[in-house]
Amino acid sequence: MIEIRNVSKWFGAFQVLKDCSARVDKGEVVVVCGPSGSGKSTLIKCVNALEPIQEGEITVAGIPVTDPKTDLPKLRAKVGMVFQHFELFPHLSIMQNLTLAQVRVLRRTREEANEKALKLLDRVGLRDQAQKFPGQLSGGQQQRVAIARALAMDPLAMLFDEPTSALDPEMINEVLDVMVELAHEGMTMMCVTHEMGFARKVAHRVVFMDGGEIVEDASKEDFFGKPRSERAQLFLSKILQH
Amino acid sequence: MNFRWEWEVFLRDTGGGESYLDWMISAWGWTLAVSALAWLLALVLGSAVGTLRTVPSAWVARLASAWVELFRNIPLLVQIFLWYHVIPALVPPLKEVPGFALVVFALGLFTSARVAEQVRAGIQSLSRGQQAAGLALGLSLPQAYRFVLLPMALRIVIPPLTSESMNIIKNSSVAFAVSVSELTLFALQAQEETARGIEVYLAVTGLYVASAFTVNRAMTWIEARVRVPGQAAPERR
Amino acid sequence: MGLDLSFFTWDLARNFLIGGLIFSVVLTLVAMTGGIFFGTLLALARLSDRPWLAFPAAGYVNAMRSVPLVMVILWFFLLIPFLIGRPIGAEWSAVITFTAFESAYYSEIMRAGVQSVARGQAAAGFALGLTYAQSMRLVVLPQAFRNMLPVLLTQTIILFQDTSLVYAIGAYDLLKGFETAGKNFNRPVEAYTLAAVVYFVICYSLSGSVRRLQRRMAVVR
Repeated sequence: MIEIRNVSKWFGAFQVLKDCSARVDKGEVVVVCGPSGSGKSTLIKCVNALEPIQEGEITVAGIPVTDPKTDLPKLRAKVGMVFQHFELFPHLSIMQNLTLAQVRVLRRTREEANEKALKLLDRVGLRDQAQKFPGQLSGGQQQRVAIARALAMDPLAMLFDEPTSALDPEMINEVLDVMVELAHEGMTMMCVTHEMGFARKVAHRVVFMDGGEIVEDASKEDFFGKPRSERAQLFLSKILQH
Repeated sequence: MNFRWEWEVFLRDTGGGESYLDWMISAWGWTLAVSALAWLLALVLGSAVGTLRTVPSAWVARLASAWVELFRNIPLLVQIFLWYHVIPALVPPLKEVPGFALVVFALGLFTSARVAEQVRAGIQSLSRGQQAAGLALGLSLPQAYRFVLLPMALRIVIPPLTSESMNIIKNSSVAFAVSVSELTLFALQAQEETARGIEVYLAVTGLYVASAFTVNRAMTWIEARVRVPGQAAPERR
Repeated sequence: MGLDLSFFTWDLARNFLIGGLIFSVVLTLVAMTGGIFFGTLLALARLSDRPWLAFPAAGYVNAMRSVPLVMVILWFFLLIPFLIGRPIGAEWSAVITFTAFESAYYSEIMRAGVQSVARGQAAAGFALGLTYAQSMRLVVLPQAFRNMLPVLLTQTIILFQDTSLVYAIGAYDLLKGFETAGKNFNRPVEAYTLAAVVYFVICYSLSGSVRRLQRRMAVVR
């Protein structure tokens, strides 16, 4: 579904991604982890071309993302994305947040869009908040709305960019629960996250990045059982200490 | 010093069958008309130019910032002279345009540069994530501006635009220099004709302050009307 | 119709423009110096705990800021002779007006500057045994001035542009110089165009220097 081949990227003279290759198959859940500054957030933003790359190739559902002829809005509409800081639109109500792109991009009628939005709000347990504005919800609630907003587009795959790292600890689980449920339903997911509990529960594979490189790309069992690289071992020992 | 108020001066005849009070009221009307039309022009052009300054295309952004620099670095009075004396001489069809309209253009374009700066700052104050979120949902860049960035940015710039809208009323006074019959020209001429400068100036100053105050109230009302629930009210001095 | 600039000679510049330019520049510099000095005093008065200082200062600043500059120029030109009992030239009147008017605007900048300096700085001054005046003069104001330098300079560029408004009382400044030259040679179109170019070149290069200064200061911090 998502294929990343030999991708390199520079910010000015600084190389943030070094010859990265990875793939996410249909129905697969891949967790990308690594120390901060390792390039994992940058990599996931390249998948729907929010960040340009200088070398390599990325395809999503067979469509080359990096080809200048690709209709990017059309492609992005098929890929859901959830951001670290939620990025709900503060001037729109929760309902309007969920229907904006359905109506403007997918050209659904208002009724269809509303129906879809309510169904998804139900699913994330926030139907009664539909008429509120983002600023009136807690962080955890906002992130669940953001997931519903992405799902409203009926995406082929979902990208999660550190979806819980801006949340207060007591709100992390309500968001992870929604993600776990989504994984069990067979959604194709690529998740940048430090939540190793989530990775153990639902990930098929774990990609470990450090210094802009993909150091390890292993099945969940291998990664948590016997990580091959020293850097991954060190990372795991730090993150799993407590 | 023996100074006696002589407010009756406003009831005197100007020699043309109307009183100085009548003249002042009509001058006030011209001041408000120049300001309102110029403000409309400044808002439309300034929002467009300010938005273009933030787009990815380098030459569009550069053109937009050239606009801002041009209208910001020439004194308003000189710009008014350019519109009044120079441009009609170079573009003969403009000779038919009344001076009032030329002053509206001058003041509108001058203010558009300042509005553009505020709008640009408003857009740039939004997190980059907002634009990314819009694009990630499949919105095109123009759609992301229209539905995501501009609605928030325009709310953010209301307080600075409030002071710009008060400035435009004050700046309209410069129109006296090309004989638009607005308040300041009235003040100058009535002062000369009646020699009651203090009464005349006080009345005119009062009208300027009252106009600016009314605009301030109106903008505050608009700001309250469009406030987004759950967003903190912007800090006010 | 094109522009015919052949009338523009060195002699013309010497006869009509230099005097006007000097007056504009001197007016700007005097109003800037006086404006920053009195503006700082006004700012300190506004920030004072004593209402008999704070209220009049706030009233003065708000009054100046809510009246069009042209009206302020006319007011001073009318009132100064009335108060001192003898006429005063347009040029002197302009100098007094601009100093008084700009004080209000500079005071708002200095007030923001003082507020941008952490409260702890003044407290640290007191703790060292400095008086209020000393800790303001030696600790707070230098930092406030430094923080606000780009804004103060930007205000000065606006001030330079605004000096053209002495047109209202007929003082002979740079713009008046161009206008007079244009009338004498019957070339008003060219004269006004050149005036715009000269003002633009001066203001644009000054604002460019302010931007560079701002960037340098951002690096230092």
